[in-house]
Amino acid sequence: MSIAEDAPPRKTGFRFERWAPLILLVGAFVIYVGIALATDQAQYLTFDNLIAILGRSIALGITAIGQTFVILVASIDLSVASLISATAVLASVVMDGSPAMIVPAVLAAVALGGVVGVTNGLVVSGLKVNPLIATLGMSLIIQGCLSAFVSNFAGEVPEAFQVFAYGEVGPFPLALLFLAAMAVIAWAVLKFTKFGSDMYAVGGNEEAARFAGIKTGRIVVLSHVICSVCAAIAGLYLASRLRSGAPWIGSDGVYDLESIAVVVIGGTVLAGGRGGIWGTMAGMLIFSLIDSVFNIAGVDSFAKQVLRGIIIVAAVAFYAIRSKRIVA
Amino acid sequence: MTDPVIEMRGITKTFPGVRALSDVSFDVRPGEVNALVGENGAGKSTLIKILSGVYHADSGAVHVGGEAVHFAHPVESLRAGIAVIYQEFSLLPERTVAQNLFLGREPRTRFGLIDGAKMRAETKEVLALFAAAGRIDPDRTVGELDVATQQVVEIAKAVSTGARVVVMDEPTAALNEAECEELFTTVDTLRDRGVAIIYITHRMREITRLADRVTVLKDGEVAARFDAVPAPDAIVRAMVGRDIEDFYAPPATPEEIGETVLTVRGAGNTVLHDIDLDVRAGEIVGLAGIQGAGRVALAMALFGETPFDHGEVTLNGAAVSFRNPRAAITGGVGLLPGDRKSEGLVLMQSVRDNGMLTSRAFAPLWASDRRNANADTGRMDDLLDHMEIRAASYDQDIRALSGGNQQKAIVARWLSMRPKLLIFIEPTRGIDVNSKAGIYHLMRDLAREGAGILMISSDLPEVIGAADRVLVMQEGRITAEFGHGASEQDIMHAATGEGEVAA
Repeated sequence: MSIAEDAPPRKTGFRFERWAPLILLVGAFVIYVGIALATDQAQYLTFDNLIAILGRSIALGITAIGQTFVILVASIDLSVASLISATAVLASVVMDGSPAMIVPAVLAAVALGGVVGVTNGLVVSGLKVNPLIATLGMSLIIQGCLSAFVSNFAGEVPEAFQVFAYGEVGPFPLALLFLAAMAVIAWAVLKFTKFGSDMYAVGGNEEAARFAGIKTGRIVVLSHVICSVCAAIAGLYLASRLRSGAPWIGSDGVYDLESIAVVVIGGTVLAGGRGGIWGTMAGMLIFSLIDSVFNIAGVDSFAKQVLRGIIIVAAVAFYAIRSKRIVA
Repeated sequence: MTDPVIEMRGITKTFPGVRALSDVSFDVRPGEVNALVGENGAGKSTLIKILSGVYHADSGAVHVGGEAVHFAHPVESLRAGIAVIYQEFSLLPERTVAQNLFLGREPRTRFGLIDGAKMRAETKEVLALFAAAGRIDPDRTVGELDVATQQVVEIAKAVSTGARVVVMDEPTAALNEAECEELFTTVDTLRDRGVAIIYITHRMREITRLADRVTVLKDGEVAARFDAVPAPDAIVRAMVGRDIEDFYAPPATPEEIGETVLTVRGAGNTVLHDIDLDVRAGEIVGLAGIQGAGRVALAMALFGETPFDHGEVTLNGAAVSFRNPRAAITGGVGLLPGDRKSEGLVLMQSVRDNGMLTSRAFAPLWASDRRNANADTGRMDDLLDHMEIRAASYDQDIRALSGGNQQKAIVARWLSMRPKLLIFIEPTRGIDVNSKAGIYHLMRDLAREGAGILMISSDLPEVIGAADRVLVMQEGRITAEFGHGASEQDIMHAATGEGEVAA
């Protein structure tokens, strides 16, 4: 007999885990408003300012969408930051100021993402290398190759491509709408396609998934490809925003660890099989709100790092305690 | 008569919304085996958890050796001499037998270092009590030992800590016949040494063989207490509250058996040799044999997980050679794995999602309910209804369900694929008596609807009772075949290839 059979039957209906990211988000928002009012800085509460806050997280959001897929299948990707740098530099060098080269540059960046994703996926699912190690190795390889060729801003992004980062549709930045569209697509893939249900199954119990007829290796490779392509898109966005690519933009943004933190704060279980895109989006918003709170409260940047660390650990501990209570 | 070493009086325990135990009294004396039986959910585990300090009773008293105790933590019950052997062992697989036995209380030399020689010597001393002693080297890593031997180590660990009471929670669940016999000898040894044993089991044969007294729990209350082992029927009646009629479904009549669904000729791989096998529509073929005889390997070969590397397999008249489970499923094979939790279920998903695992994997890319049967949740709900699964809702996490209901959800998963051949591996492992009967009847219904069924089981009475034909495997070969109604002795004889049969 297992513990579960002795446990009282669970009440269905309100499921805390599902709503926890939203609760945290509302909490973060209330704190933000509270601090803004308390420090008499109501000018930060305008619509434009909120949009600006979101605008700072777009690269992180795009990366985190990809990261959600790999974490759902119980893998992880530490190579996204290096890949972001590599694709930004690649796109900027290929474009080199020429609008005619935009399409080839985008294709090249996405293709590079695809190759990295396939490689990560095959190493993880085929060679059975622990994903932390596999993608850490990939990260070192990419960063090493990149540093061998470029050491400063390289190439130039034409005006036409800068629209990606600076364009606006009505009151909204184009990039923000793009992120929203990506989130909707990712949500639909997870919710409505067989790939989505296969991913939850593989992350939940790989053995059971294989016995149920799912080609588990392919699903792992596919989610790594999605993750790496997302990172490539984030690289394109950063190239557009910085008007050129540099080999440090990914690691400067700590996109590898921050994207994982965002996914986890969003309630996706690191062990795989449970979670989703909206949680990740909430996690991204929580992160940017926290940053803004620190900014308007004038917290010094080192203290900021410490506080962010504490918040990440506290959020995960919060989930762990809650989910333990459900089982025991 | 000696005084009880454990005496539990009027134990009541309530979980939110459920009364798990009400006014349960239970005792066990030194040198006796008190069999604690009951269906899943009857409260056996809760009672043991209260005894070992994992849970606290709402009311009632626990006396150990005549003194009232209030264990706040499992460590305290261990110190009081109560050792619980759970189904999942608490051994460290990467450490040696000696290291495991003395975990946390390693003998020291006068320099404060671990005294390896003394540890090994004492380990040998403790192991000498058990029949398996000759096989166990104190320096072997536990992970290298088979399950039965690991269990001996676990029990030896309890003995070496000076346990006066040993609780065994379905200890034979993972053992084959010969290993069970060895365990029974071990239990006898403990009893002779004056240890009190609480033995939790579902199997009547073990009760008859081992128990001095029997306590039956039902719905959190003591349903019956026997001071001597009664006839199995009396125990079953007390467990389920009524007679079980037609425990096994009747065997197939000749008219029910149809065309040959599966034919295997001269097939093999590294562990299987010269496999010839026929399974016809409407029949249940049992596969018996000791652990490692190749039964599961045969199932995995048919299912494409570890394929045959030579020989011919014909399914529904077409030659097939499945290289992976997905290909096998496409070809019309279904498999219910032996370890539900690690191979069958996605525990954190709902009952419905678990049922749809396979059909969704075969749905087209954009699968919506209305457009594709493989994504039709309504159809799955009908199947789950048909299986009479007891769940608060099909949206409930499947881990909260009983073993029997979990198994039914996996059956529903396969039904949705309409397989021609269904392979059941240990279909009733860890399932209570009532649900077992349900699974047997379900298998028979599936056969009647035209599926060929191959059933692998280590429970001999089950193979004999539920199958129309029994094949016996030994060392990767099919060595014997029996019709319905073969005796346990005949099958054991064929399975072990020995003249002497341990019945």
